Amino acid sequence: MKARVQVMLRQGVLDPQGEAVRHALAALGFEGVESVRQGKVIELELAESDPAKAEAQVREMCEKLLANTVIESYRVEIG
Amino acid sequence: MHAGVIVFPGSNCDRDLAMAFEAAGAKVSMIWHKETELPAGLDIIGVPGGFSYGDYLRCGAIAAQSPICREMVRFAGRGGHVLGICNGFQVLTETGLLPGALMRNAGLKFVCRTVTLRVETADSPFTRGYEEGQEVRLPVAHHDGNYTAGEAVLERLEGEGRVAFRYFDNPNGSANDIAGILDENRRVLGLMPHPERAIDPLQGGTDGQAMFAALAAVLEPA
Repeated sequence: MKARVQVMLRQGVLDPQGEAVRHALAALGFEGVESVRQGKVIELELAESDPAKAEAQVREMCEKLLANTVIESYRVEIG
Repeated sequence: MHAGVIVFPGSNCDRDLAMAFEAAGAKVSMIWHKETELPAGLDIIGVPGGFSYGDYLRCGAIAAQSPICREMVRFAGRGGHVLGICNGFQVLTETGLLPGALMRNAGLKFVCRTVTLRVETADSPFTRGYEEGQEVRLPVAHHDGNYTAGEAVLERLEGEGRVAFRYFDNPNGSANDIAGILDENRRVLGLMPHPERAIDPLQGGTDGQAMFAALAAVLEPA
């Protein structure tokens, strides 16, 4: 079973990299980009075949390692 | 004083830190990250600067999950002292020994220069050789030193006098100009600046010496 984890800086935490990308887009002439947030995507292949169990497993991975919940939020997609 | 210095793949200040402990009279054991037990009789563990595990995932995140770091957390729980410098500070926040997190510098640049700090408390084994309010000059060299924590955590750190060092001219966007913090027992210190790189006039400064001398005085069995 495949799982996909999206890790983003929490809302309210300044994302200096996203800001830099926004400035670069403006410099390229892309107008009207009001905000850019940059995050990461982690893809996992799991032996587990039960979606609910897989999701619980991946959430635990997020809490323990994949995300730092002090500054980051995460979203898990299964399948 | 018996100091252990953890060495991860990608650590690059481990020998500097060992030399700083030795110069203060310590016996030093280097601890490879694959070890599962700490050497017997350790008084303090140093977590050095560098780029442990290539900074993969997040700075310090992989190191924090290594077996030796789990031993380090137990060591701290038993009353052991821990000093985390630069990447070591990042590792300590990732293990949960210290609150908050270190994000990418607000200016996005790697900052490498000597900065002026204010010693905010002399009430710790690390800082008792300084005076509260004293200005010290220590080098910084980091890309991710932007200390971030929730309002409640910051209030608690400030209220309990756990901010050990503060930047005069904030180089990285850290909340409240925080450069280093203590845990609630004041036995764990994490800081971004490098005291171990300021122990000899040849390094351009000696303001870091007092930290290692103070630790030796506290941890040397009578």
